[in-house]
Amino acid sequence: MQNRITKKFSELAKKGERALICYVVAGYPDTGTSKQVINALVKGGADIIEVGIPFSDPIADGPTIQAASNTALRKGMTPEKALHLVRSVRKRHPNLPLLAMTYSNILVRAGMEKFMSQSKQCGLDGFILPDMPVEEADTYLLTASKLNLATVFLVSPNTADARLHKIVASTSGFLYVVSVYGITGARKSFQKYTLDTISAVKQVAGAKVPVAVGFGISRPAHAKSMIAAGAEAVIVGSAVINKISDSSGNNMLQDLQNFAQSMKKACKSK
Amino acid sequence: MNTHDSSLLGSYPISGKFGKYGGKYIPETLAPAVEELESAYEKYKNEPDFRKELSYYLTEYAGRPTPLYFAKNLTKHVDGAKIYLKREDLLHGGAHKTNNTLGQALLARKMGKKRIIAETGAGQHGVGTAIACAVLGLSAEIFMGAKDYERQKLNVFRMELLGAKVYPVESGSKTLKDAINEAIRDWIANVKTTYYLIGSVVGPHPYPMMVRDFQSVIGKEIKQQTLEIEGTMPNAVVACVGGGSNAIGSFYPFLDNSDVVLYGVEAGGKGIKSGKHSASLAAGSEGILHGMFTRLLQDDCGQVIETHSISAGLDYPGVGPEHAMLKELKRARYATCTDQEAIEGFLALSRSEGIIPALEPSHAISYAMKLAEVMKKDDIIVVTLSGRGDKDVEIVRDYLNKNKNSRKKKTKHAK
Repeated sequence: MQNRITKKFSELAKKGERALICYVVAGYPDTGTSKQVINALVKGGADIIEVGIPFSDPIADGPTIQAASNTALRKGMTPEKALHLVRSVRKRHPNLPLLAMTYSNILVRAGMEKFMSQSKQCGLDGFILPDMPVEEADTYLLTASKLNLATVFLVSPNTADARLHKIVASTSGFLYVVSVYGITGARKSFQKYTLDTISAVKQVAGAKVPVAVGFGISRPAHAKSMIAAGAEAVIVGSAVINKISDSSGNNMLQDLQNFAQSMKKACKSK
Repeated sequence: MNTHDSSLLGSYPISGKFGKYGGKYIPETLAPAVEELESAYEKYKNEPDFRKELSYYLTEYAGRPTPLYFAKNLTKHVDGAKIYLKREDLLHGGAHKTNNTLGQALLARKMGKKRIIAETGAGQHGVGTAIACAVLGLSAEIFMGAKDYERQKLNVFRMELLGAKVYPVESGSKTLKDAINEAIRDWIANVKTTYYLIGSVVGPHPYPMMVRDFQSVIGKEIKQQTLEIEGTMPNAVVACVGGGSNAIGSFYPFLDNSDVVLYGVEAGGKGIKSGKHSASLAAGSEGILHGMFTRLLQDDCGQVIETHSISAGLDYPGVGPEHAMLKELKRARYATCTDQEAIEGFLALSRSEGIIPALEPSHAISYAMKLAEVMKKDDIIVVTLSGRGDKDVEIVRDYLNKNKNSRKKKTKHAK
């Protein structure tokens, strides 16, 4: 099943590069700026964009993404407006792999089939739902496969082997390795178990689907060590949001672009 | 579900689901923890040593069985069916919460988990957790919405006296649902060492089943005591529903006795039409929150909305998945009761029986009084008096001062 995500990974593999995946919250810092944020990240070198559709109760997210989600919701962001954003990003970047990251209730409330087919029409390539475990995913998987949408599942450092096989069989696009015991949020450093998790997951998933690592990654050095352990992509979320909230008006987009550039550089080095 | 055989209602959940409700919509990091919990619970729940130990603490320490009291003054006042009160307010801690916290804390100890975390709204479950952890030698850390932390300072102090740490939660709406979110986040980060002790029949499987089982002691005793006193089963059992643990505990042993009518009473707040209520069964829609598929108060986009009730313990936008199933199957009936009506129930019971109830069961009392009027005089209604009202006297005083001139409204009946 060829789509923009798999295409991107095979292109990068040919060049010997790893993918930089950047997460943004739709509607943060505001609806208009969201699109410019994505443009800046792509300009800096982001290969894949995850558009976060804000949810009132994001249990897998730390303070940074919680606060950004709240701001976006307060400013009127809705799932429908987030899909509008996707549509306009798609126009500007016809080949950019675009995924939505959100919580299951957003899809369930709108109607799984309805929301996913709207998403497809707007140019989305897949979904990441951190509160949708494989056991509950029958309808989700069936709908996604009808629409040729990727379903990215997450694995964690404590995922047992049998379960890992099940998840690898269900995931498409890539496999999202949660780097730590914890929620999202920029970290200063990682422990050895993170790298062990990556190599262990890579052994099971390697031949079937690319392995991306996320949660806590905020520096080029992090990306380098994850890649050295076998990751084919690194996901940066809270660090992007921190850049937005820390930067003052005019420099923000340039800062973001520079940040993406520094992270992408780490994804290129051998 | 449509071909459901109602004689088998007691056998739910099946594969972690109550019909289509329930399940475990959780981040992957929690999947192993929830599996570990499920197998530990299955292992210990019928083990004689565990049963014996739980029974010892429930009896010798917490004061079970609680009395089933015939409220003859209240019955006379209403001039209708006989009203009995199941006195969970007399349980140690002052509410039914202790049935569950002792059960889960004992299980946590069996599992070798020494650090217990819990959420609390008004503080009753936090106090119940702190009590169980103190007596069983476990450490307790309690998450409490910053708003609740402010308005329930005495309960914060009670928890601290019992040795618990209490953290105010500043995220989201700063109330119970956010305290649960934060407890889940903590659990994700500390999954290997920590036991999450949920206070109601909510959350991912196996919590709704396990909390129900621990609370079912209420309904079992009601059944036995009604038989002893009246020689028959009650005609109706009435309990308030927030998350729904005291109600499920009261209902569960009667699920397969279809002539016992079960009434759950939700918080109607300022009236369903006002939008300021917590009645997720009456006015909610299907959705996923806190790891379960259930009925939720949410907007058209799937964002969970802020709820209102005069009683903090009912102020929750979701409801236990088993209640969602029982409503769908029409095995239990669900009604709402406004803040004003709850206050009337609170006052009526205080004055007629010398019992100050918590505001949560005041909803059930108010509804039972209306029900008694339309039932036959020799019918028996059992109301679960899930907690005592000491914690609420300030709120009631303020309400009465503010609403001196407010007029009485009529209860909306169960459908």
